[in-house]
Amino acid sequence: MRLVTAVVKPFKLDDVKAALEAAGVQGMTVSEVQGFGRQRGHTEVYRGAEYSVAFVPKTRIEVLVDDADATRVVDVVVQAASTGSIGDGKVWTTPVEDVVRVRTGERGAEAL
Amino acid sequence: MDPELIDGANTGFVMVCAFLVLLMTPGLAFFYGGMSRSKNVLNMIMMSFSAIAVVSVLWVLYGYALTFGEDRSGLIGFSSGLLGLSDLTNNAVFGAVESGADGVINTYALPDLVFAGFQLMFAIITVALISGAVADRMKFGAWLAFISIWVTIVYFPVAHWVFAFGVAEEGGEAAGFANGFFAAETGGWIVNRLGAFDLAGGTAVHINAGAAALALVLVLGKRRGFRKEAMRPHNLPFVMLGTGLLWFGWFGFNVGSTLGATAYSGLVLINTQVAAAAAVLAWLLVEKLRDGHMTTLGAASGAVAGLVAITPACGFVNAYGAIAIGLVAGALCAVAVTLKNRLGYDDALDVVGVHLVGGLVGTLMIGIVGDQTHTLTESLVDGGSLGLLATQAIAAGAVLAYSFVVTYVLATVLKFVMGIRVSDEEEVLGIDQQTHAETAYEIGGGIGGGSGTGALPAGAARPSSVEVS
Repeated sequence: MRLVTAVVKPFKLDDVKAALEAAGVQGMTVSEVQGFGRQRGHTEVYRGAEYSVAFVPKTRIEVLVDDADATRVVDVVVQAASTGSIGDGKVWTTPVEDVVRVRTGERGAEAL
Repeated sequence: MDPELIDGANTGFVMVCAFLVLLMTPGLAFFYGGMSRSKNVLNMIMMSFSAIAVVSVLWVLYGYALTFGEDRSGLIGFSSGLLGLSDLTNNAVFGAVESGADGVINTYALPDLVFAGFQLMFAIITVALISGAVADRMKFGAWLAFISIWVTIVYFPVAHWVFAFGVAEEGGEAAGFANGFFAAETGGWIVNRLGAFDLAGGTAVHINAGAAALALVLVLGKRRGFRKEAMRPHNLPFVMLGTGLLWFGWFGFNVGSTLGATAYSGLVLINTQVAAAAAVLAWLLVEKLRDGHMTTLGAASGAVAGLVAITPACGFVNAYGAIAIGLVAGALCAVAVTLKNRLGYDDALDVVGVHLVGGLVGTLMIGIVGDQTHTLTESLVDGGSLGLLATQAIAAGAVLAYSFVVTYVLATVLKFVMGIRVSDEEEVLGIDQQTHAETAYEIGGGIGGGSGTGALPAGAARPSSVEVS
């Protein structure tokens, strides 16, 4: 099993969610995060003064998938989240040792 | 005194205006509280409420005696009978009963106690205004000490200069407003001897508070993170609520300063409203051109800047003059609030940029757009000389200089005697939690139900949670 983690532009969340559901993904975890990548932060002007904003708001989406589905799910996320402009985010996967469904005690792929 | 000398309409009107002016200070608490950061909002509100408490007691004990007691060379008043307002408890009547010149300037026939109460509210708001500049870092105990001394040695004398127009002796001729303008040998030097115009306190309230704020922050120092972090307002709806209360209360402030319910009061009402409105538009325009967006905070600040600027001028200009003052104040103050970033003084919530600059705009512009129907003096637009403008500048400059110098000395003394700044730790953790043992927001309530920044785990042992079976 693998954990697919995507950090995307917040306004793209709905598109990514819809695309994942269409691809058969049954669950996900979403959180609001802040950070920067190669784009760095940006500056903004308020009340006549300019401030640098180091951390840009992003949305993090986490999906647990079977090994066989990992590449396909990553592609789905990338396609749905892409705008072609700077700051679109990143998607990566990490291996997952075990998964347990709390209610039933099912383990591994059955718990996905 | 004879109760028949009292004008019921004027008395009722000014009394209600006193209530309105009091409401400005809680309004200011929300205006400033919303602008501060969430960790210091209660401290911000407490600075305003403590001004109500401290100044009310001092005013009754000796403030009114110093401000409106028997004039001493135009610089200060004092009447021992006014200590504790003791001589006012038997229906003393303020002002002359004869009608004023041309129906323009009304007479008052108010009970002195009503006038004393009305003027008390001005002292409160003036003191509270200063607090915006010192947000996020002043020790609360030092604030209490500062305002007690400041109101005594700065506000009471300056209010005497500006508001203590020569009042008729028993049976004597009325002076000041009631005598067709400023001819008296007695009374505050600015209003009577200099003859400057300041109807509701552009000098005594706004220039005074703004200059004091500047001096105080120069001694106090900058907030941690000033010019690096944006430090945006944490609750703009609070700011707008406060602005609404201030605007509403300002009618008591300006219109009430006519001390009667007359046609002249109507002029002040219209001027107050239209100047504030024009200033909102001007401020937003500057923001749009400079920053690319029109902010809620800009609308709020513009309204206050316009109200500040029209305060001295509200009875001495026509509606065109009021609009001009509003436009200039809105635009100039919008630029002035950025000066702190360039010059490096940390006027946290823009007391200097709005109240000092706005007060100067309104006070000086009487000399430019003043209406001679009301000033009996030609302003520049009427083809007059620079004389009126110069008179206004002397009044503004004198108050600015006195307030700045005395405040600077006072703040420096307090700094060495008791310290005026919170510790670094307190500044980072927030004054609300550290000084007042409270926090404004317990959203989620995950901190054990207490007021602290608290320990994990969130929600554990929260006694208010009830098991539902």
